[in-house]
Amino acid sequence: MAAIDCGVALGTGYPGTPSTEILETFAVLGGRAQWSPNEKVALEVAIGVAFAGARALVTMKHVGLNVAADPLFTVASTRLDGALVVVSADDPGMASSQNEQDNRRYALAAGVPMLEPSDSQEAYEFMVRAVEISERWHVPVLLRMTTRVCHSKTVVQRGTVTVPPPGAAHFEHDLPSRVMIPAYARPAHPRLRKKLAEMAAWNDADGPNQLIAGSTKLGIITSGVSFHHVREVAPEASILKLGMTYPLPAELMRSFAESVERCIVIEEGDPYLVEGARAACIAVEGKPENYRFGELNCARVRRILDGDCSPEPKRVAGKTPSFCPGCPHRSVYTALKNLDCIVPGDIGCYSLGALPPFETMDTMICMGASIGVGLGLRYTLLPEVAKRVVSVIGDSTFVHSGITGLIEMIYNPPESGHVVVILDNGTTAMTGLQEHPGTGRTLGHAKTGKVVFEELARTLGIHSVHVIDPILEFEKFQETIQSCLDKPELSVVIARRNCLLANRTIREYERGNDQAID
Amino acid sequence: MIKQSISTTGNTPTNVVIAGLGGMGVLKASDILADVVFSAGLDVKKSELHGMSQRGGSVSSDVRFGKHVLSPMVPEGEADYLLVIAEDQVPVNAWALRPDGVLIEPSQIDEARLSNKKSVNVALLGVLSCHLPFSVEAWTDALRNNLPEKLQAVNLQAFSMGRAIGENAGRAG
Repeated sequence: MAAIDCGVALGTGYPGTPSTEILETFAVLGGRAQWSPNEKVALEVAIGVAFAGARALVTMKHVGLNVAADPLFTVASTRLDGALVVVSADDPGMASSQNEQDNRRYALAAGVPMLEPSDSQEAYEFMVRAVEISERWHVPVLLRMTTRVCHSKTVVQRGTVTVPPPGAAHFEHDLPSRVMIPAYARPAHPRLRKKLAEMAAWNDADGPNQLIAGSTKLGIITSGVSFHHVREVAPEASILKLGMTYPLPAELMRSFAESVERCIVIEEGDPYLVEGARAACIAVEGKPENYRFGELNCARVRRILDGDCSPEPKRVAGKTPSFCPGCPHRSVYTALKNLDCIVPGDIGCYSLGALPPFETMDTMICMGASIGVGLGLRYTLLPEVAKRVVSVIGDSTFVHSGITGLIEMIYNPPESGHVVVILDNGTTAMTGLQEHPGTGRTLGHAKTGKVVFEELARTLGIHSVHVIDPILEFEKFQETIQSCLDKPELSVVIARRNCLLANRTIREYERGNDQAID
Repeated sequence: MIKQSISTTGNTPTNVVIAGLGGMGVLKASDILADVVFSAGLDVKKSELHGMSQRGGSVSSDVRFGKHVLSPMVPEGEADYLLVIAEDQVPVNAWALRPDGVLIEPSQIDEARLSNKKSVNVALLGVLSCHLPFSVEAWTDALRNNLPEKLQAVNLQAFSMGRAIGENAGRAG
C-alpha cells in the first residue's frame, strides 16, 4: 500500500518466505510488479529504475540478499536519481529457512541506511520514510523486516506519512557517480561515509525513533517487533525504540543510557544494537547468548529482564510437513532410493526428501548448490561411488542459480560423467505457487517468453537430455536414471509433471492465455 | 522523534489461538475473526508462522484484540480460547491455553452434518462466536468478505451449525 502511495514505478524480487506477499499485494493494488530469475537480477533492474529517476522496490528473503549482495555493496557508493528500497525479510527462528542470519549486518557492512518497522502501520510509514531518505541522500535504503512483522496483520491507517509525488523518468549522464572503476570509486567511498555521517546526525535529531519516558530505574533500547513484547512485559520501563538502526543515533542512545540506572538492549537475533552501542562507548547490558536463537516473545523478554538463563520449557513438537499425496517428487525420490543414489539436493518442497519416509536427499546448502556440490563429490569420490551421485534441483531454483552450475559441469566434466535431475513441477511451489521464467507466464500469469530447460541444456552442449513424467512413466524414469548413471556422460533428466496444488490453476491460465491470443 | 509517556489503560486483550494442519483453513479462520473484530472498531493484531504449512505441517495463528494490543503473539498460558481444527494438534498447542481457558475442538462438531467437510474451521468459528461479544450479522458479513461466492452458502451453514452447538453447550453449562 505504501509502495502504491509513494508512486513506486516498479517492484521486483524473487519469492521467499516471509517476503513473497509484498509484490503480490502490490500487483493486486495496481502496481507494476515482476518476478526476476533471482535476487541479484531483481536488484540490478531496480537500480536501473532508480538511475532513471523513478522509485523502485525490491523484495527478497534474508538469504536472497546474499545473492544480491554484489550489486548492493557497490550501488551504495553511486548516486541514485530516484529512490531504491530493498526489503530484506529475515526469519529468526527459521520457520522456513536454511539459516538464521541477521541482515542488519548487511546495512553496516555495505554502508546502507536501514529502517526496522515493528508492525504493519510502521511497515507502511517506514516504506514512505525509506523513499524520502533514499531520494534525499541518493542512496539505497534497506527496509529490514522479520517473520512476525511480515506475517502479521495489524490495523493500518493510510496517509499518515507522505512524500511528494515522483518526478518524471529521465536519464542524465553522470559517469563519475555511476561507473565504479577504481578512479571513480575511490572518491565515491569517502562521499558515502560523509553521507552516512550526515544521516547519523539526522537520525539523532529527527529519525523515526520513539522515546517512552517511564521509570529511571530500568531503560530498554529495542527495535522491531521486540518493542511490542517489551511494552507488554515492562510497562513501567523507559523505552528507546529505534526505527532507523543504521547509522545508529549514538548520541540519542548515549543520553538515554545515562538517564537510567539499568540500560538493557532487547533485540531479536544477533547482538547488533549491543555491539553498536558498545562501539560508541555506551554502557549497555545485552541478552544472554541462548536468546540469540529463535524468535523472542513476551516470556523470553521477561526471562532476559530477569537474567534467567535456566532451560526454557520444551513445547510438544508439531507435525512436520510432508509431500502431498500424488506429488511428483515422491516418485523421483522412490526411484533415487531404489537406485541407492547419493543425492546433493536443493531448496524447495523437494527438500522434504531429506525427511522420512524417503531420507534420500543428502545435502542442502543454498539455491543452486546441488549441481556444484554434486560435481565436487564426483571429482573426489572413487569411481564406483562417484557414479551414484545425482544432483536434484527444482525448476524455479534451476532458473535462479542452477544454470551456471550446468555450465561448470560442461566446462569441467567429471571423469564419471554426472546426472542432473530437474524437478519441473511448473511452479515455484514452496513459496505459494509463483510463476518463474520456466513457466512462460508473468507474475500476473500473462503469457510471456519461456525458458525451455531441455532446449537450454542441449544448446549448452549436453547430448543426453530426457523429459519424463515421473508418475505416469515411473518405470521409464527409473531406467533412464540407471542408464545415465552407468555411462560416463553428462545427462540432464527433466522430471516434468505439474504440482498437484497448482495443476488446476496452471490449466486455467493456459486456457485463458490461449483464448487471449485467439 | 516521537515522545510519549506511559499510558496505563488497565486494558487486557482477549487472546485466541487457532491451530490445525496446513490446508485446513487456519489462516482463513483467523482472517475472518480479525475482520469481525476490526469491524467492531477494536484494535486487533494477528500473527502466524506458515512457511511450509501447505505441505500438511502444523500451523497456528494468534489473534489478539481489545482497546489496545501490544505484542502480536499470544503469551504462553494466556490464550482465552484455543480453537483447534485437527484433533491431534490439541496437545501441540495446549501450552497456549489459560488454565481456565476454553478449548474448542473438532469433536464438538458432527462432521457428517456439514455439507462440506472442509468447513470445519468455520463451524468451529460458529462455536467460538457464542463466547464473543459480536453480532451474528458481523460474523456473516466477515464470512462473505473473506470467501469466494461459491463457498459462501456451505460456510454460512457450517457457521450456523457451530453457533447452535455453542448456544446449546452454553445453556447446558
